[in-house]
Amino acid sequence: MSGRPRDDAPDYKKEKKRVDGRKMDELRPLSIKVGVLPNADGSAYLEWGQNKVYAAVFGPREALPKHTQNPMKAVMKVTYRMATFSVPERKQPRPNRRDMEISKVLGEALDKAVFTEQFPNTEIAVFVEVVDSNAGSRVACLTAASCALANAGIPMRDLVAATGIGKAFGELIVDLNKEEEDAPDAVDIPIAIMPNTGEIVLLQMDGLLTKEEWAKLAPMGIKACKAVYEVQKKALQEKFPISELSEANVEAEVAGKDAPAKTESKVVPAKEAKTAPAKADKKEDKKADKAKKVKK
Amino acid sequence: MRTTVLEYDVSKIAELARNGKRLDGRSLDQPREFTLELGMCLNAEASARVRLGETEVLAGIKVGVDKPYPDNPDEGAISCGAELLALAHSEYEAGPPSFDEIEVARVVDRGIRESKAIDFTKLCIKEGESCLIAFMDFYAINADGNLFDAGSLAALASFMTAKLPKLDEKNRIVKHEYNGKIELKRLPLLTTFVKVGGKIMVDPTYLEEKASEARFSVATTEDGYLSAMQKGPGAFTVEEISLMIEKAFVVADTNRKKLLKIVKQ
Repeated sequence: MSGRPRDDAPDYKKEKKRVDGRKMDELRPLSIKVGVLPNADGSAYLEWGQNKVYAAVFGPREALPKHTQNPMKAVMKVTYRMATFSVPERKQPRPNRRDMEISKVLGEALDKAVFTEQFPNTEIAVFVEVVDSNAGSRVACLTAASCALANAGIPMRDLVAATGIGKAFGELIVDLNKEEEDAPDAVDIPIAIMPNTGEIVLLQMDGLLTKEEWAKLAPMGIKACKAVYEVQKKALQEKFPISELSEANVEAEVAGKDAPAKTESKVVPAKEAKTAPAKADKKEDKKADKAKKVKK
Repeated sequence: MRTTVLEYDVSKIAELARNGKRLDGRSLDQPREFTLELGMCLNAEASARVRLGETEVLAGIKVGVDKPYPDNPDEGAISCGAELLALAHSEYEAGPPSFDEIEVARVVDRGIRESKAIDFTKLCIKEGESCLIAFMDFYAINADGNLFDAGSLAALASFMTAKLPKLDEKNRIVKHEYNGKIELKRLPLLTTFVKVGGKIMVDPTYLEEKASEARFSVATTEDGYLSAMQKGPGAFTVEEISLMIEKAFVVADTNRKKLLKIVKQ
């Protein structure tokens, strides 16, 4: 399904610019908001280019029916769905094979990041809903879901940051849009990493690629995921302002050192923070600011 | 978890209701304020996000070309679907449509369809051969009661703003090009009530629905018609029904004015 006829297809090698004006390694605009759904234990709303997704986390809660329980760990249950109007041609409401496969691979990616062994016999239910899409909805969902897990206060080794990488119109690129995904030479590789360890937790590919091209693409993907990670961190910090973290962390931050808990528990905001109403947070911030000024 | 319904909540709500009060401080005939955003989903022919208190729904329309139904060969059609997403409440599950989903979708559908707001013959392309079908689906994103009214607002707003696709000479849809809109002659809106502690209250929250003895929804239009009614669980007297219909016109009128103002912007 090519987006346009072959003879006027763009040539990225010549043009040095992509159909939407981006550079080859440039992401589409990405914004994340955490804690948007009051009913969920953790949630996030993410916009990435035209993609718009909601993620919600419930649990850890008793896994039912009982035979689904694992006495050694929590079961990570991800449900990926698309709204009927999220695609150019109306999608049938019931889940299809693609929805099922994506749910599975997203679950496997998040399973690696969560300390599931701390919650035997439970399930952690993650629901992601795509309401508008334009290529890369699964990596958008994974990025949102990992923020929602952190928002729920579930202990994690790291956040999961994801992006698309691949090839279109003769050049290796990052974060393909729909037109690029439909290019005659398109290669689409959704990839997700835990940025602090560099471990890859999601990797799929379709298209034709040489191993030399993969060798060039892999570092592009890691770099792009790290950029996504920065946006995720910012979104969580907005929800849980730095003043709420312990003195030790703040001091270490000021000193430019890694706080003792930075790599692990920093992405695990304290549960107390979640229950505190947002307005009160702001007030306390102001109070704290004033107090600081007085001290000075 | 904050969504767990405690016996205490239910008895407290009933006790307050008997004194004409509500847990969130509203009076019995005061609906929650709603907000409406339009057109955020670019793949949809229309989209509308409604927040009614903490209830959030997202509706969208896709228009397709199909064969007219044999009994109405000169008419197009609309279709309304609803999904109470598992992310909206810990009580909801992903899976085949539940009774609640089908009920809310059909009541919202009837309110619009039976008001004769949409002239279906205008959606016909060629008699007996092809017509346009507008599929409206709405999703509960966060459920805090009264998905009927929130769904009705989102559905109406999306029908009001839906673009119709442009067709080529073979009556196939030309992608990303539009030609005309769906005309609405009336603007029907649902208003939902519950009876708690013998008192009737409008626009119930999740907890108020849990505490309720009976539920009733009615769709009203700006020119004085009722276009759909639905009694849920429980029972009402004729007087109670008449009273709720009276109040529904007032509530729907206020909401309709606000909705029109936002749509016209």
